[in-house]
Amino acid sequence: MKDVSMKELKNTATRMRMKVVDMIYKAQSGHPGGSLSAADFMTACYFKYMNVDPKNPRWEDRDRMVLSKGHVCPIQYACLATLGYFPESELDTLRKEGSMLQGHPSMNKCPGIDISTGSLGQGLACAAGMALAGKMNKKDYKVFCVVGDGESQEGEIWEAANTAHKYGLDNLIVFMDFNNLQIDGTCDEVMPNGDLGKKFDAFGWEVLEIDGHSMEEICATLDKCYVSKNGKPKCIYAHTIKGKGVSYMENSCAWHGVAPNKEEHEKAMAELNAQLID
Amino acid sequence: MSELKKIATRDGFGEEILKLGLENPEILIVDADIGKSCKTGAFRKALSAEYHDDKNQYVNVGIAEQNAAGLAAGLATCGKIPFVVTYAVFGSLRMCEMIRQQICYPNLNVKIACSHGGVTPANDGASHQAIEDMGVLRTIPNMTVIMPADYNSARKLTRAAAETYGPVFLRFTRDAVPQIYGEDAEFEIGKAYQIQDGKDVAIIANGDTVRLAVEAAKELEKKGMTARVLDMHTIKPLDTDAVTTCINEIGRVITVEDHNILNGLGSAVCEVAAELGKGKVKRVGIQDQFGQSAPYERLLELNGVTVENIVKIAETM
Repeated sequence: MKDVSMKELKNTATRMRMKVVDMIYKAQSGHPGGSLSAADFMTACYFKYMNVDPKNPRWEDRDRMVLSKGHVCPIQYACLATLGYFPESELDTLRKEGSMLQGHPSMNKCPGIDISTGSLGQGLACAAGMALAGKMNKKDYKVFCVVGDGESQEGEIWEAANTAHKYGLDNLIVFMDFNNLQIDGTCDEVMPNGDLGKKFDAFGWEVLEIDGHSMEEICATLDKCYVSKNGKPKCIYAHTIKGKGVSYMENSCAWHGVAPNKEEHEKAMAELNAQLID
Repeated sequence: MSELKKIATRDGFGEEILKLGLENPEILIVDADIGKSCKTGAFRKALSAEYHDDKNQYVNVGIAEQNAAGLAAGLATCGKIPFVVTYAVFGSLRMCEMIRQQICYPNLNVKIACSHGGVTPANDGASHQAIEDMGVLRTIPNMTVIMPADYNSARKLTRAAAETYGPVFLRFTRDAVPQIYGEDAEFEIGKAYQIQDGKDVAIIANGDTVRLAVEAAKELEKKGMTARVLDMHTIKPLDTDAVTTCINEIGRVITVEDHNILNGLGSAVCEVAAELGKGKVKRVGIQDQFGQSAPYERLLELNGVTVENIVKIAETM
C-alpha cells in the first residue's frame, strides 16, 4: 500500500479519465461509459492499494486485477501505462492492428493483464481461481474483480459467487459497478437485477455498499477489505454513474461503446481538465 | 487383442491421475459433482483438504461446469495444472465458450478430462451421449483432442497430457473395453499408433472403435485382404504424415469413430485426402443423428459402427 493523499488520488483518477477519452478518440472505437464509471475504483487500486511490480508483471506474489467486464479495458490500460508496464505511447494504438492493447484485454499481448476477458460473466470464475490458488499456496495477495451490473445477468457470475463462498475466498474483492445501464436500456428496463448487494449477501459474501465515486469511501472500504480474514469474499456494491466525469456521457446508454468526435473530444478534455484540484 | 479382462478407459484415467497428483502437487482435479462416475474418488481421498491437513489438490464446484472451466483457468495462471472432470457432453458443449475464451485463447495449461464419450452412456439416452464433442473442440485454436483406445493407452496419454503444456481434451469410455496394448506400449500425442500393417485398405480408428478396426482386419484376412490399422488417438493435431502415407501407399481409407461423421476423425482425414487430391475415404461413425436409450452395442449397430459394416465397405471399395 502506498502513502497517497486523497487530493493526489482524485487528480490521478481525473487524469486516467482523460487518457480513457483520448485513447478511445484516437482509436475511434471503444467503450467510454463503463470505463469512466470504474475509473475511481481502478485508480485507488492501482495507485494506492495494489502490491504490484510493473517491471515484473507475472510476479507470483502480486495482487491481481481481473476486469470481468473486459470491454472497459481502456481504464486498465491507462493505469498500466501510467505505472510503467509499457510506454505511454502505446495508448495511441488501442484496437489497431498489431497493438498490445486489444479491444478486450489479452494476457499474452499486454503486460499487466492477469487473464484475458471480454465475454461477459466469465472473469469472476477466473478471479476466484486465482484467489483459490492463493489460499492453496498460502500467499497473501488479493484478487480484485470488476463486475458489471448488466453482466450480473450472466449465470456464471452466480456459479462463481457460490464457489467463492464455499472456499472462503476472503482475498477476493469484487467491485460491482452498479451504474444501472446496459446497451438496450437501463437494467431495470432490460432485465431488472433487483438488489445485487442483497443477492451477494444471500450467497454468503460480505457486502459493502458505497458511493462508487467517493474516493474517501472507496479507500475506507479497501482499508477494511485488506485486513479482513473473516473467510467471506467481498462485494463492494458501488453506486456509480456510467460516463462519470464527462457531462454529455453521464447516465447515457448511447455512450456504452461509441467514440467521441473531435468536438466532443475537446469538450470532454476541457471538462476533465477543469476537475483537477490545485 | 489379449484375453485380459476388459477395463473402462475412465478407470485408466482415474488411476493415472492419482499417481500424477502424488508426484506433482501442482496437479489438481476440478470436479463438477460427477467425480464418482469419472473415477476421481481415489485422488480425492488421497489429496483433498477434506481428508488431509497438508493436501489441497482437489476442488469440487458442484453442478457448475462453466464455472469449473473458468476457475481452472484462474488456477492455471498461478502455476497449477488443473484437470477439469465431467462427462464429455458437458465438458465440451456446456463449457465450450469458457474453454475457448478463458483456456484456449490465452493458451493456459488446463486439461478437460471427460468420461462417457460417444454413445457409451447408452441407456442414459441422447442427452448424455456426446457425439459432437471432439469435432467442436477440434475447431478451437490451441486445443489438443485425444481419445485413448484402451486402459493402458489411457494411462499413458493422461500422463502425456499432464506433461505437455497447453489445453488438452481427453475423452474416455463409460464402459469396459478390451485391452489392446500391454503396459510397455509407448504413446506420443499427435502420433498415430500402427497396430498392424497391411496393403489393401487402411482402417484409421480411435477410442472405443479401435477394437472394431482390429476385429475387422482379422475378418478381412480370412477373405484374403490385409489391412493397416492405425489408432489415431489424437485427432488434433492429426498425424497428417501417417494419413498421407496411407493415402499414398494404400489409397483406400476407412475411418471409424464413436462420434458424428461430421467434424471428427473422419472429417479430419478427409481434409488431408482432399488437399492431396487423391485417395478414397469412407467414414464409419454416428450418422449425424441423436441416439436414444438402448444398449451401447445396439446404438453402434443403428449407426453402422460394426465389424460387419467395416468389412463390407472394405470389400466394396
